[in-house]
Amino acid sequence: MSQSFTSDVKARELIAFRIGEQEFCINIMAVREIRGWTLATALPHSPDYLRGVINLRGAVLPIIDLAVRLGLPSAEPTARNVIIVAQIEQQQVGLLVDAVSDILTLNEEHIQPTPDVASDLVKTFVRGLLPVEGRMISLLALDHVLPTHALEAA
Amino acid sequence: MDSMATIRRTFFQECEEQLGELETGLIKMESGTQSVDTVNAVFRAVHSIKGGAGIFGLDGLVKFAHAFETTLDDVRCARLLPTSTVMATLLRAADVLADVVRAAREDLPFDDNKTNILISALSKLDQNAVIHETSPPSESITEHSSTDTGSKNWLINFYPRRELYAKANETALLFRELNRLGVVNVTIDTSRLPELSQIDVDGAYLSWTINLLSDCTESVIRDVFEFVDGDCVLDIANPTEAIVVDEPPEFYGGFEFFAPMGVDVSDTAQPVEKIEVSVKPENITGKVEASATSSIRVDLERVDRMIDLVGELVINEAMLSQRILEAGIVRASGVAVALEELEHLTREIQDSVMAIRAQPVRSVFQRMPRLVREVATQTGKLVRLLTEGEGTEVDKTVIERIADPLTHMIRNAIDHGLESPEIRLAAGKPAEGVVRLAALHRSGRIVVEVADDGAGINRSRVKAKAEENGLISIDAALTDDEIDNLIFLPGFSTASAVTDISGRGVGMDVVRRSVQALGGRISISSRPGKGSTFTMSLPLTLAVLDGMVVNAATHSLIVPLGAILETLQPRAQDVHPLDNKVRVLSLRGGYVPMVDVAMALGYRSEAIEPTKSVALLVECEGGSQAVLLFDTIQGQRQVVIKSLEANYRAVPGIAAATVMGDGRVALILDVDAIVAASRTDQSRPETIRADITLMEAS
Repeated sequence: MSQSFTSDVKARELIAFRIGEQEFCINIMAVREIRGWTLATALPHSPDYLRGVINLRGAVLPIIDLAVRLGLPSAEPTARNVIIVAQIEQQQVGLLVDAVSDILTLNEEHIQPTPDVASDLVKTFVRGLLPVEGRMISLLALDHVLPTHALEAA
Repeated sequence: MDSMATIRRTFFQECEEQLGELETGLIKMESGTQSVDTVNAVFRAVHSIKGGAGIFGLDGLVKFAHAFETTLDDVRCARLLPTSTVMATLLRAADVLADVVRAAREDLPFDDNKTNILISALSKLDQNAVIHETSPPSESITEHSSTDTGSKNWLINFYPRRELYAKANETALLFRELNRLGVVNVTIDTSRLPELSQIDVDGAYLSWTINLLSDCTESVIRDVFEFVDGDCVLDIANPTEAIVVDEPPEFYGGFEFFAPMGVDVSDTAQPVEKIEVSVKPENITGKVEASATSSIRVDLERVDRMIDLVGELVINEAMLSQRILEAGIVRASGVAVALEELEHLTREIQDSVMAIRAQPVRSVFQRMPRLVREVATQTGKLVRLLTEGEGTEVDKTVIERIADPLTHMIRNAIDHGLESPEIRLAAGKPAEGVVRLAALHRSGRIVVEVADDGAGINRSRVKAKAEENGLISIDAALTDDEIDNLIFLPGFSTASAVTDISGRGVGMDVVRRSVQALGGRISISSRPGKGSTFTMSLPLTLAVLDGMVVNAATHSLIVPLGAILETLQPRAQDVHPLDNKVRVLSLRGGYVPMVDVAMALGYRSEAIEPTKSVALLVECEGGSQAVLLFDTIQGQRQVVIKSLEANYRAVPGIAAATVMGDGRVALILDVDAIVAASRTDQSRPETIRADITLMEAS
């Protein structure tokens, strides 16, 4: 399993967001900005989870529908959806989620290991589980979110 | 050592400039239009490179530059006449110097053979220089030709003035340099150093007495101090002559006063940054080199960032006008007027920023005279190169990328275009052929022409060759123009023997491809017996592109205007099915394959009815044609090119992206890829999909 900068930290801040009924979080250091949903331009022959590209102040930003990427039920995005602009290595990518829910500060020991389950998606993306006030939040690793990375790992 | 790395980078940047000056100067000298200044400029260029190289310990470079400089000095002092043989050697030396500099910059090892050959060639010239000499060799700076048998004891008095330090010179470096010449003994004189409270931090208070035991000549010693010439008082006395070690000149007495106490300041010293603009009236040698043009050096990245931002501004401005229009504000209102102003300003800013990157094509044209000489020698032809419009400006990236096609076109013009002197004389032409290289601006593009006054294209031979290679069908009726343009087809070469110069499997098709990759076009016109002209037309910048905005299914796409030959409305009787998927369009007696772009990109699964579509006849790689079908055409516009790879990856069939007036991203079609994909496999979408899988797996 490759090392990710979202998973090798001690005390840190995480940004939590909602997709459907579930909550996920990523390292806040990877987040560049959060913005509203705008209509994306579809790219030909792209994977189903790639919503297309949008204009982010002159840069072309690919938008990943995180729900589809994680195998969750997905709906057509509305103005209420948000895009989390995240830095993954040298690239910036927009993550389409339902809403940002929380900013968490916690220590490494709060992170529970992911139970050994069969799902490939879970194995690929979920780095750990966080119990927060009775909710369960999955810590995501971003470095496999882009299509090329996903296949390298496979 | 970050600051050192920065200085080093500056040094190499300046080296590039010096090399350019060197080249320009040498060419001037060769053509006989030089002045004393030219020769001095050439000498100074090599000298500066040597000086800088010494500081960075680039010994190989120093050694070569020194040999080069020695010969140039002979020319400068009229001991050596710049005959064509001398100039040929000097030009070759300039080439090698450029290679050595580049090797040093990349920290690559350099083949010593190459430099040694030239060093010996140069020293041969030096020996000739001595023979031609009429005046006593009092100024000779050639160390190795010195006939001195023993070492002399030089006494050097060195009084720096405050300007010397103000220009970031470092005395310790000078002493280090002297140390290379022989045994050095330096004594510091601190007698003029005032009380600490009285010290002016910018003053110069120290002086040195140096004993140098060396067999070198006085001019060699003076060379060491050349960069501080005028900023110090320098007395060099040879013990065999009368020793004059007196108090420094009067103006020294009271007002210049302090030297940095620390000696090793090599990290802050910036000798390469020096500009020779010491214009103090009391200048001793009066060497005034004030630079007339004021310019600054800016990191290219900063300019590019600026261009990106202005591109943004243009898009934002377009978005704003659209919003205001949507809001229903009257055209004559103050808002609309102000907006118009803004629009005007934005365009002006965009033009100015683009102009920052623009450079004259001179830098590329400068390389051509050498090429012409080489090719002329190899082919035994007599060639004169005429250049026009060297001042024509074009974006830096374009300049960098036209050098290769231009080189090939010129080789081609000499090798295939011009006849040998005998044939020319027999045809009643002067023995010397002329190749004309011209650049000009025409309707927002740059046009570069390469014309020769040779025999022109031998059309019957070209046609026969094309038939032989199966490029055209036998007895195809072609116009003269069409025949001429056959030479751009891949696998076409009329030179019966593969020559050393052209015809190394790199044909005109490669030239055409690289020109097209820049969004340009190339064509040829030829008149039998009079010569041929290649015309290359290129966009002025690679940051923006002229495109046709079209709709494929519900998507907006941009087709680069450079690829479009014409717009068509297919008629039902001209559309012929080839099989159940592929259809061709009958066009002026030929059949051109049709590609439904929306389907090729997977925007829809059913092909559009050609008669209900708009068709663009496009030309792709290798000169083949295809018809692209779209739903509608929106119009023509200039777009700012944005990379898809920066945040994503290359997408098959898509060249890049751009941002439209409504702020949305639109994709720029890669015409070649779309047509090529339709050609390799008729089940188009699957082909492209296969490409993706391949890319992802790799």
